[in-house]
Amino acid sequence: MSDIPKADELFKSIDYNPPATGWMETPVDFSPGNWCYPAKPEKMEYMESKLPGLWGPVREWNPGEEDWKLPANWKEIVVNGFKERLGKFRSLKVFMDICVRCGACADKCHFFIGSGDPKNMPVLRAELMRSVYRGEFTVAGKILSKLTGSRVMEEDVLKEWFIYFYQCTQCRRCSLYCPYGIDTAEMTMMARELMHLVGLNTNWIMEPVSNCNITGNHLGIQPHAFADIVEFMVDDIEEVTGRRVKAPLNEKGHEILFITPSGDVFADPGIYTFMGYLLLFDYLDLDYTMSTYASEGGNFGSFTNNETMKKLNAKMYAEANRLGCKWILGGECGHMWRVVHQYMDTMNADIQGSQMATPKSPITGTVFDTAAATKMLHITEFTADLIKNNKLKLDPSRNDHLKVTFHDSCNPARGMGLLDEPRYVIKNVCNNFYEMPPATIREQTFCCAGGSGLNTDEIMEIRLRGGLPRGNALRHVQEKHGVNTMACICAIDRATLIPLADYWAPGVTITGTHELVANALVLEEGEERKMDMRQEYLPGFEDEEDDWTPPNMEDA
Amino acid sequence: MNALYSLLFVFLLVLIPLFGVDAAHLRTFFGVCIPTTAFIIFIVGFAYKVITWGRSAVPFRIPTTGGQFKSFDPEMFPQNKLDCPQTGAQTFFRMVLEVFAFRSLFRNTAVSLHEGKDHPVVAYKSSKWLWLFAITFHYSFFIVALRHLRLFLEPIPFFVHGLEFVDGLLQIGAPTMYLTDVGLVVGVLLLFGRRMINSRVNYISYASDFFPLFLILAVALSGIYMRYYDKVDIIAIKELTMGLVTFHYHVPEAISVSFFVHVFLVSCLMAYFPFSKLMHFPGVFLSPTRNLPNDSRAKHHVNPWNDPNIKPHAYADYEKHFGVPMAEAGLPLDNPENGKAPEEEA
Repeated sequence: MSDIPKADELFKSIDYNPPATGWMETPVDFSPGNWCYPAKPEKMEYMESKLPGLWGPVREWNPGEEDWKLPANWKEIVVNGFKERLGKFRSLKVFMDICVRCGACADKCHFFIGSGDPKNMPVLRAELMRSVYRGEFTVAGKILSKLTGSRVMEEDVLKEWFIYFYQCTQCRRCSLYCPYGIDTAEMTMMARELMHLVGLNTNWIMEPVSNCNITGNHLGIQPHAFADIVEFMVDDIEEVTGRRVKAPLNEKGHEILFITPSGDVFADPGIYTFMGYLLLFDYLDLDYTMSTYASEGGNFGSFTNNETMKKLNAKMYAEANRLGCKWILGGECGHMWRVVHQYMDTMNADIQGSQMATPKSPITGTVFDTAAATKMLHITEFTADLIKNNKLKLDPSRNDHLKVTFHDSCNPARGMGLLDEPRYVIKNVCNNFYEMPPATIREQTFCCAGGSGLNTDEIMEIRLRGGLPRGNALRHVQEKHGVNTMACICAIDRATLIPLADYWAPGVTITGTHELVANALVLEEGEERKMDMRQEYLPGFEDEEDDWTPPNMEDA
Repeated sequence: MNALYSLLFVFLLVLIPLFGVDAAHLRTFFGVCIPTTAFIIFIVGFAYKVITWGRSAVPFRIPTTGGQFKSFDPEMFPQNKLDCPQTGAQTFFRMVLEVFAFRSLFRNTAVSLHEGKDHPVVAYKSSKWLWLFAITFHYSFFIVALRHLRLFLEPIPFFVHGLEFVDGLLQIGAPTMYLTDVGLVVGVLLLFGRRMINSRVNYISYASDFFPLFLILAVALSGIYMRYYDKVDIIAIKELTMGLVTFHYHVPEAISVSFFVHVFLVSCLMAYFPFSKLMHFPGVFLSPTRNLPNDSRAKHHVNPWNDPNIKPHAYADYEKHFGVPMAEAGLPLDNPENGKAPEEEA
């Protein structure tokens, strides 16, 4: 962290003029800080034992060294894998052929905006693959290599893939602007599938994947520890509200299975959001359970290959069946919801139990036909329906110390179309809500730069550069309206936006939407709340002990 | 350099029919054989490519959503039916706007960095230049192509007459100048200029990006030359073109060489088309992020290669693995045996 430049210096270093050398001739920087650490061998051994043939050789290797210890036939594996995927995904096949390099996408990528590196222009990122497609699979590309921008698969090309396809967060902002809808996220997914086949991986993706498979969640929290954490949160809720909430785990015979990303279980500020869910469900006396086995909604498998995505996702239905739940309620998460919305039913509908039914709110009676196939409902849909039907007593003034803006998470925004429900919820629980500039919200939202498995500290400068567009928009409303809180509906956001805000808009805290709901929720008539969910005293209730300032801070 | 190579190559292409027709007297070859062959390559190549795309599976519904989806309460949260379609009809209209109005391109913005008062500012402004250039070019080209139908159809359909009338409405010069002739040339030049001037776009341009621009420019200029300067014998040309359509090949003597240059360049364009980026024309219809409704949470779809053998990590194994601490934490177990510590079993 220490060698990361100050925000102003970093900003001044951005140059949008491309280098003098052509992109194929411009060397790639493999110095530390430009790549995520490779996966620990034991994680790969475990995954190889569960899904054999997808992971290449298990070994210790280092992207900073010359020899990446690839298998001898790596080229054959990659080229054959490429060919196979051209047949399996029309998206890939069409996107390889139809780009006209108009450049409409060029300045849409947050990594380009923050770095100026031309290979972060989506068009050029995709050319890293397209050039190989033309060189290996098309006649014209084979004959007229230079003139058509084609090249054959070489070790340097593969190494370049590793750097740049792990510098794409699959946020799809470029796809929105592309006249043909070319989606770099699809290309990145395919490139990563191919790299996995020859053992190129990152630990920050593979450790969560392997943990998720064995313990049920990314963090490898074992069931008893999970139960302990939930118990701590129940204690904290009691401290704030005086109410001892139920937090059912692994219980059979409930109507609803609740699944949220495990990021909400273990770290600030996700835990406050989790406490928000628990408080809301208890208030409603909801017939639900959580599960330690399916204690993860996030799906890091989607950052590896579609087989792993399917395997990890299947756990949700398997557990709903085992526990006899009718439908699944999903917490605030970005890529989990892209997987649930676009892939879940297609991949795993065959294991949906016959007891499962279209989600129907037991409180309001609303039937959610929009989720008739997946049987899975987003928590902001559920809560928006409650608010609309006046089922919640809310005191938004408890959030008056907060001036709130909302960060649309990329996946719900551009892979789902969930834009208005979270805003409706926030506006009903907060009196001070301000939108960031229009070009940076809703479907045009900017990524937190830590999605798709990039939320790791070894590439912090890359993340901060990628975070410039979001951070700058946040800074804008901070100055203009005094915004001090950014709400979001994604667990990765709740983790990555913190260093981003500290760097680009210091003083803004990050919160989940249901933390704000919990703050405002009036549990019983005349209830007085002195603290918010973070156990910080609300204005007017700061007690004297809490006012104590350490002597060395008096001047600050 | 890429631009220069492409320009030189198009010059070479112009020279071929000039010498071929005048010096070598290959009138039938350039008037009949080349265009027929090019047309066959175009049709077969085009169809082959589209069929190859069509044979690739669309395993998942992956529309890029550009607005609010269909909510449980459509009145409180109105759906953006065009950018987040839920039905086939809505998707159809999304595609119509995409194909005929270049809607995604219309949204284009340009980013710029500024030194603000006390902190840096990243600014975005609407940038419709590319949309304007592209729409000028494509519509001009499209109408010019449609106008050419009068050479291939007898009687000439009413809409072709109508197009000619509207296109020549300004009645400048004789023969009347067509607006689309100007639009096509100007459109190509603007797109070319953008590729040269915008350093980022220039950086990503290959010869294969410049070549089709120059080729189309040469096609347009040769056509304009024929019509306005050479004033070719249009009756003779229609004799030839109708012959091509009805397979009664005949090359009248009255046709001048400029026609052969034009036809040769068009033939090159047709033959080049299926192997190039020009295939974005059929491709836009097949793009899975645009041509699918966003209904995968509401409706079941089938992935043809879905592997039913991929199963989740079994709960039974999970309980076997963690049974003891689970029992200690008071979590319910399916099989109470799993909750016993190994030493108790002994």
